[in-house]
Amino acid sequence: MTETLTSERPVTAALDGGRRDLLTRIEQFLFHEAHLQDTHAYDEWEALWEKDAIYWVPANGHDTDPEKQMSIIYDNRSRIGIRIDQLKTGRRHTQTPRSELARLISNVQLMKQEGAEYEVRANVLIFEDNMRGETVWAARSEYRLRLVEDAFRLVRKKVGLVNNHKPIFTLSFLV
Amino acid sequence: MLQGPSFDYRSLIEQSRVHSSVYYDENIFQEELDRIWYRTWVYVGHESEIPNRNDYVTKSIGPTPILMIRDRSGEVKLLLNKCPHRGNQLCAYQGGNRTTFTCPYHSWTFNNDGQLMGFAFADGYEGCDRKEFSLGRIPRIGIYRGLIFGSFAEEGPTLEEHLGGAKASIDQMLANAPSGELDLTAGFLQHRTKANWKFMLENETDGYHPAFVHSSIFSVADSGIGSLYGPDSTALTRDYGNGHTEFDLRPEWRKRGNPLEWFGTTEARLPAYAAAMREAYGDERAREIMIDGSPHIMIFPNLFIAEIQLFVLQPVAVNETIQHVTALQFRGTPDFNRRLRQQTMGSVGPAGLLLADDTEMYERNHRGAAIRDPEWLTLSRGLHRERRDERGYLVGHSTDEVPQRGIWRHYLDLMTE
Repeated sequence: MTETLTSERPVTAALDGGRRDLLTRIEQFLFHEAHLQDTHAYDEWEALWEKDAIYWVPANGHDTDPEKQMSIIYDNRSRIGIRIDQLKTGRRHTQTPRSELARLISNVQLMKQEGAEYEVRANVLIFEDNMRGETVWAARSEYRLRLVEDAFRLVRKKVGLVNNHKPIFTLSFLV
Repeated sequence: MLQGPSFDYRSLIEQSRVHSSVYYDENIFQEELDRIWYRTWVYVGHESEIPNRNDYVTKSIGPTPILMIRDRSGEVKLLLNKCPHRGNQLCAYQGGNRTTFTCPYHSWTFNNDGQLMGFAFADGYEGCDRKEFSLGRIPRIGIYRGLIFGSFAEEGPTLEEHLGGAKASIDQMLANAPSGELDLTAGFLQHRTKANWKFMLENETDGYHPAFVHSSIFSVADSGIGSLYGPDSTALTRDYGNGHTEFDLRPEWRKRGNPLEWFGTTEARLPAYAAAMREAYGDERAREIMIDGSPHIMIFPNLFIAEIQLFVLQPVAVNETIQHVTALQFRGTPDFNRRLRQQTMGSVGPAGLLLADDTEMYERNHRGAAIRDPEWLTLSRGLHRERRDERGYLVGHSTDEVPQRGIWRHYLDLMTE
């Protein structure tokens, strides 16, 4: 069964009890993902991804075509694995020592449901401290989640850094 | 008019060592702007970024913002993005197509070859000559095979004289396109780096660091390039003079003899590209090109062609540099271009599996340069085994510091002449 809750307008205001529970579950999943990223729990984070994964951090705008334009990250499942394996070598110098991180996920909105897949958007604010100094990152992020055996999994994650049209510092932690 | 140098650079730069202050002294940086960035040939952009009349993109020479324009007659112009009235930023967009630019402050409007078209409320400018208020311009523009360079000096060596031996490497890069044409259309990543630009300039052709800085990625991705940077590699480092340096991998690829191995792939996996190459060059020449691959050359002071991508170094302060980078894209080869983009996005930019680690080294280098003891940084590796190649250029082992010594020789010339 395909149920489209809404296209552009979120359903938050109209949530009945059941859907409010659904939104809470989605938020808890996003908070869980954020915690894994903040604590560099690489294996657990990688395990959230489905085989058809796309992990995308665009550059020079939010509506670019990643099949034609340069992106900061445009990973399929295989490259996510390489990225994680590299971090785990202990010789990924830009993460040795690791960034200290705390991020807030807020303004979570469920935009659309199609079968077992859920499109969600949220704002993200990340504080990073590393050897260079302190950096604040801000993004409008979009997620496509898939409910598999009653657990959410990541199918697509787009991290829309608000300043992605400008020069940005090294972004080597999991964003 | 260039003032005499305010530092005794000969006491700071020797044959195989450099004083740390040359990387972190604010006054030296200001003098570099006058003697290097606002004088010599500096890479600005590529013709494919402004294919049509009245196209423009915003570019830079060091900290100075530049409008790179194809004007209404089709000619390339490099204008300074500054209204001559009150110094306001004239254009706030990254690019587009327009015949005029209007300053938002007092509405002075300029055509796209930089001439003031009219004053707003013109009655206040009775007797003033519009011609006195043109946009600043880069007086000399040089284009080599679509690559656009600018020089703030009215006179000096021609672009071709400046490029010298590096021209052959640009030709080598373009030979990898069946059409011989580059399309730099994928957009640039901009990587902000808290380090002096010269750490990047030196590292681009440093063959000593990859085995260590990039050991993490070499160990998890079977790219086959790790061994190019070891003690047994037959690759060469080269000093072309004029500050241009190269890491020449052709001896290693020729020894292996496999077309497209330089790109980590095979003709069978890129059949449309291989067929287009054979069609354009004939079987034998196409095979040679596909074995040799694309060059790894740092063209002084800011253009780095790294096999599959093009970097532009932009110093904005003594301790801050922007690395602009985009994938090379060749006209008419979509299968090849997709791989160029995918490999480029994976390896470079702020999240790149390679460049994020290089950039970590640049920033640590810069902080280290401020530590007083030892004051001198050494570049003596392979001094005893430098030699001249058949073209007369100085070459060394792939891990030797021949390029870095060459860069500093040229730097010293520019800073003292």
